[in-house]
Amino acid sequence: MTLTDQTDTDLRSLLNDVLGLGAARVAAMTADSGLFGALPELDSMAVAGLLTEIEDRFDIVIDDDEVDGDMLGTYGDLLTFITRKRGEA
Amino acid sequence: MPATWPCPGPSGIADEYAVVFDRARPVRLLIVPPLFEEMNRTRRMLIETQCRLDGLGIDSMLPDLPGCNESAQAFPAQSLGSWRDAMAAAARHFAATHVLALRGGALVFPTSLPGWVLEPQKGSAILRQLLRARVLAAKEAGREENSTDLLEQGRNHGLELAGYRLSAALVAGLDAAVPQDEGQRVIRQSDLGGRPLWLRSEPGEDPAQSAALARLIAAEASA
Repeated sequence: MTLTDQTDTDLRSLLNDVLGLGAARVAAMTADSGLFGALPELDSMAVAGLLTEIEDRFDIVIDDDEVDGDMLGTYGDLLTFITRKRGEA
Repeated sequence: MPATWPCPGPSGIADEYAVVFDRARPVRLLIVPPLFEEMNRTRRMLIETQCRLDGLGIDSMLPDLPGCNESAQAFPAQSLGSWRDAMAAAARHFAATHVLALRGGALVFPTSLPGWVLEPQKGSAILRQLLRARVLAAKEAGREENSTDLLEQGRNHGLELAGYRLSAALVAGLDAAVPQDEGQRVIRQSDLGGRPLWLRSEPGEDPAQSAALARLIAAEASA
């Protein structure tokens, strides 16, 4: 499994933990699936929890000013962001 | 069953609530809940755990932290110190023999009791998440705030975070606090199976996880 595949699997698992959508709905997410602004469960507190868990599980640090609609708008945006941050580490 | 217990506070003794399964059995477990939103997210899991413990012959008490849940005390008057005093008072009142602290509860539980801490969390991690939620909410509203300035403001004057008015003492306390466990056994999520319910944006439940937690406590309490 490549690093990206593993990141994808781990991110889906984390989203399931935070959103409680069930494994099937999370597995069905595509790069275009909307996150922040599209899912009512994802309020600012839930996003804060999600980001903190992302930092823990992917061993990256996310600055406040990196967090915006470009990073969290869709599943693909978030996966790309994490993959890039892990590449920098 | 709901019960009340006398809790020391800034205006004297206040009655606080606890969910209690008490049949005067030898093992009496005080449960110290997580802090802030995680307390709400884990409440169903904890009360289900209490039901399971009852079936396994163990008494348990889940008290409110002053200022939280049903408490009539003011949240802005609270600090880690007031919560520690309160949990120590609850332990005495209910004659607890053991303690289970979850997550941020590990910052305020009575350390003299034997027992367990479940996925303990550093105070700074809790604070960071609350600050981040505020920065995000401000950003959505078109305002720029940053965590460093907010933390400084909070340590000096207190701060409203995620709907809670935190005293300066609570901010400073959280910033410095680490889990207090001294010989209590650390339980990890992987020991219970299932997914961590305190992460769930909407409170959930998982009876299998509650049953696993109750079995683990019952086995180790009588060992």
